[in-house]
Amino acid sequence: MGGLIDTFFNVDVMRQYLPLVLQGMWVTIVLGVTVVLSGLALGFVLAVVRSLRIRPLNLLIVLFADVFRAVPALVILIIIYFALPSIGIRLSGAVSAWLGLSLVLAAFAEEIVWAGILSVPRGQWEAARATGLGVAQCMRLVVLPQALRLTVAPLTNRAIVITKNTALASVLAVGEILYQAQAGYSFSYNPSPLTLGAIAYLLLFVPLVWFGRWVEGRFAWKR
Amino acid sequence: MEALIDGFFNLKILRESLPYLMQGLWMTLLLCLVAIPLGVAGGLVLALMSTTRSRWLRWSAMVYTDLFRAFPPLVLLLFIAFGLPFLGFKPPPFVAVALAFLLNTSSYYGEVLRAGIESVPGGQDEAARSTGLSRWQSLRLVLLPQAVRNVGPDLVSNTLEVVKLTSIASVVALPELLYAARQVQSVTYNATPVIAAGLIYLLLLWPLVRLLSRFERRAVLIR
Repeated sequence: MGGLIDTFFNVDVMRQYLPLVLQGMWVTIVLGVTVVLSGLALGFVLAVVRSLRIRPLNLLIVLFADVFRAVPALVILIIIYFALPSIGIRLSGAVSAWLGLSLVLAAFAEEIVWAGILSVPRGQWEAARATGLGVAQCMRLVVLPQALRLTVAPLTNRAIVITKNTALASVLAVGEILYQAQAGYSFSYNPSPLTLGAIAYLLLFVPLVWFGRWVEGRFAWKR
Repeated sequence: MEALIDGFFNLKILRESLPYLMQGLWMTLLLCLVAIPLGVAGGLVLALMSTTRSRWLRWSAMVYTDLFRAFPPLVLLLFIAFGLPFLGFKPPPFVAVALAFLLNTSSYYGEVLRAGIESVPGGQDEAARSTGLSRWQSLRLVLLPQAVRNVGPDLVSNTLEVVKLTSIASVVALPELLYAARQVQSVTYNATPVIAAGLIYLLLLWPLVRLLSRFERRAVLIR
């Protein structure tokens, strides 16, 4: 038992690598927040554009959503970081991770918001237009408020899943929690830094998982 | 344009790398064949635990679920792959990956199946039991078929995520599709194999993504 504690909870090693893991936590938070903001914003805009029903544009949006939902996030990150340089586009690891994860979140968010918009009965549109509201007003004042209520729970859960994917950025050498923990592990040849990383993830994500559970109860898709 | 074709869609390199990619694809499929049943079985156990009357069982299922939903799967995988050897057991990559997937995906399948079981009205079980079916028969013949049907879209969506997630096995050098593509990329100094791997994932998963969009639209129209 003493051996086990020495191996996985070695206080000396942990003290040494705590600053790095804390630094990693900060990077994870910044990356996660920026991905959620830009991903949701882009997904939202795409869904609204899609509701204008301009054929060629809609085909492109559906293609985008399908591709980024079907291809694994890690493959997308690796293509952005390791493949784009060969056509002269060179992005840093952090920017690649932000861009890749934002696009994946946007694809899922677009589909969710679009389903929400579809769920608003046609009569609502017609009635709003008949009272003299313009297309934009009708969207903003009548359709979106009803559509968004339904999308809160699925969007929250999807955003949480994508934020956890920030761990994938360690493959692109972005100094987030997992990268720092792994570096600590290989320097010290002791898994305590990994334990520290695991604890950091739990501290960040257990509250988020609970939050997701709460939102799910509060804004359930009522079938 | 020429650089794009040469760097991304290089036919000569594609031809050379295809056998390796096919080997990788085979490993990916094998991994899915192991990971999906394991995850569903684990999830079923969790779902049954969280719908029993025993508070202790429900509570432990919830702690397990929240814990493993909070861990990014890649963190879990690395913890298993790097940590277990310190306990005197060095798992082959396939075993480490399978174990990580069992722990991670069962928590997701568990949540989906729990929602499914809870969606079946209580009268169904009572009626089944009163016709003389045993508890197990009622579960197998009456409750689960309805539960699975009610959460069909979520099960498909979860399975899609599991298939995509197998790509993280490349990080522990399990020679699946992404790993094979990256190996060939590093030998040829050309991004074509990685792009090809992305396209293979797309071809493999596009039907599932389309199916999901269809489910979503139908769920909206029923309402």
